[in-house]
Amino acid sequence: MRRPRGFTLALAAALAGLVALLGLPLLSLLLRVRIPDLAARLQQPAVLDALRLSLVTSTLATALVVALGLPVAYLLAGPSFRGKTALETLVQLPMVLPPTVAGFVLLLAFGRQGALGPLLAKLGLTLPFTTAAVVVAQAFMSAPFFISTAAAGLREVERRYLDAAATLRATPGRIFRRVMLPLALPALAAGAVMSWARALGEFGATITFAGNLPGVTQTMPLAVYLALQSDLDAALALSVILVLVSLGVLVLLRTARLRPIAPPAPAPPPPAPPLPGDRPALRALGDAP
Amino acid sequence: MSRPLASGAALGAAFGMAVGAAAFASALTGALAAVDGARPAPAAPGRAARALTPSQDGVLTVFAAASLTEAFGEAGTAFERRHSGIRVRLSFGGSQQLAAQLRLGAEADLFASADDRAMAVVRRAGLLADAPAVFARNRLVVITPASNPGRVERLADLARPGVKLVLAADAVPAGRYAREVLDRLSRAPGFDPDFRRRVLRNLVSEEENVRAVVGKVRLGEADAGIVYRSDLSAAPPGEIRVLEIPDRYNVVAAYPIARLRGSPRGALAAAFVRFLLSGEGQAVLERHGFLPGDAGAPAQRGATSGAAPRAAQRGATSGAASR
Repeated sequence: MRRPRGFTLALAAALAGLVALLGLPLLSLLLRVRIPDLAARLQQPAVLDALRLSLVTSTLATALVVALGLPVAYLLAGPSFRGKTALETLVQLPMVLPPTVAGFVLLLAFGRQGALGPLLAKLGLTLPFTTAAVVVAQAFMSAPFFISTAAAGLREVERRYLDAAATLRATPGRIFRRVMLPLALPALAAGAVMSWARALGEFGATITFAGNLPGVTQTMPLAVYLALQSDLDAALALSVILVLVSLGVLVLLRTARLRPIAPPAPAPPPPAPPLPGDRPALRALGDAP
Repeated sequence: MSRPLASGAALGAAFGMAVGAAAFASALTGALAAVDGARPAPAAPGRAARALTPSQDGVLTVFAAASLTEAFGEAGTAFERRHSGIRVRLSFGGSQQLAAQLRLGAEADLFASADDRAMAVVRRAGLLADAPAVFARNRLVVITPASNPGRVERLADLARPGVKLVLAADAVPAGRYAREVLDRLSRAPGFDPDFRRRVLRNLVSEEENVRAVVGKVRLGEADAGIVYRSDLSAAPPGEIRVLEIPDRYNVVAAYPIARLRGSPRGALAAAFVRFLLSGEGQAVLERHGFLPGDAGAPAQRGATSGAAPRAAQRGATSGAASR
């Protein structure tokens, strides 16, 4: 398809602008760092602590978000029900809340003197100042990214497959596991990656709700922020390490190249007469993109 | 479009990268325009930035330590009353954070720091227009929530295992002073030399400015915190309890203020400093729990601890009754 020249120019201009906005800061960061300094810092226990903490908490947070968010996404992808709009709004809320405000309200809810504080204390749990609190803060801020994407992906699954499975007497649970999930897998994976990335970069809610203590709650973003105030070279090195780790994981996931998984067919189905206006959707299942 | 999901992973990855980078990159202030510490900060970036903003000759911008929030708020209002048409714009934060911002090119007319270290950072970057003057002093106190969940009744209780202590980070003036106090107490009779180490084992969070410490204690999340005496006037009396630190183990924090180079409002900035050092300005500071500065004299740098001018201290500020 040949694009008209004006359209191409507009595309090119937008692309240049976005690449500049996102790429230049990244580039200037990478250009300013000195490799030997970087290597030296990677061996410092404080840095390794922060890195380990960041990776562990963001992974746990993403697991939590997927576990709790997938059923919610399933609900949001389905037909309307009373309160659905309210649920959708609630799910979007952390995305529009300033992170520090989020940390504050988390304290008001789960802090020692918070609404649920006494109950948690009875169970022997205090959240603030613990690594668990970091996971909670990250999960809170990153949940909308997964749920929205997952719901959109689940919504995209063609009804005909769900109906077909239903006519074959599959229960809703089976339909979800064997039809919806495999077909929506790329979207679910994309949502999980987005959520993980947001969790990794989480700062405001973490420092307000979980606090800042090296080895316990000081994740990489917190370490960078504090280093900025006293040691710019340390901030530089920490930032590069964080960016490289993030990029590495994303590239790794990208090369996994998740595709919709087609159910294994024991025998090819008899060719059905094409319905009017039908698209060759069945063929699409086995095609390489 | 036959296969919208096939590129979902790629889009998601790209968007996720942007989101993740943006979330923490917001803490990276202006890496592009970073000032090289080896030479004095060029005024050019500042002037270029000023060209983009409308001329604001009647606005005095003051970067001030977080502990000065209420005192400078009142002083600023009083100053505006004296100089009609002038507005005082205040930006508060940890002194080390403000110093870092100034180094990276932030614009201000005055910098009021809680210690000489942050001021030295700004001085080494060549940003000061003149020598700093000490306009106020401060001492530290230990605070606990009113309900005292950690049962901290005496200073020695700070070392009891399980007490949740919150301090400002080491780079923050209040954090450095607090650790110095713990050091002195470790050498005091009645305390064992291990005191500081045991207390720091109770540390659950290092905040980036002293007011964040106050906040955690007020919210009841921390069992104890070490903050400035002046911070007491900012907290409602019923919310916190105070444990006094004996003067001989306490530090005296000297607050320097200096005009910044490149500001077109040098005369106005100097007038604000004079106001702070005047009787009215010192009264405002005293009302908020500060000790007197060096009235009318240039600062003695490095005089942050030990012998302080024995100025008359007012009686306990509201809510400071220690039980």
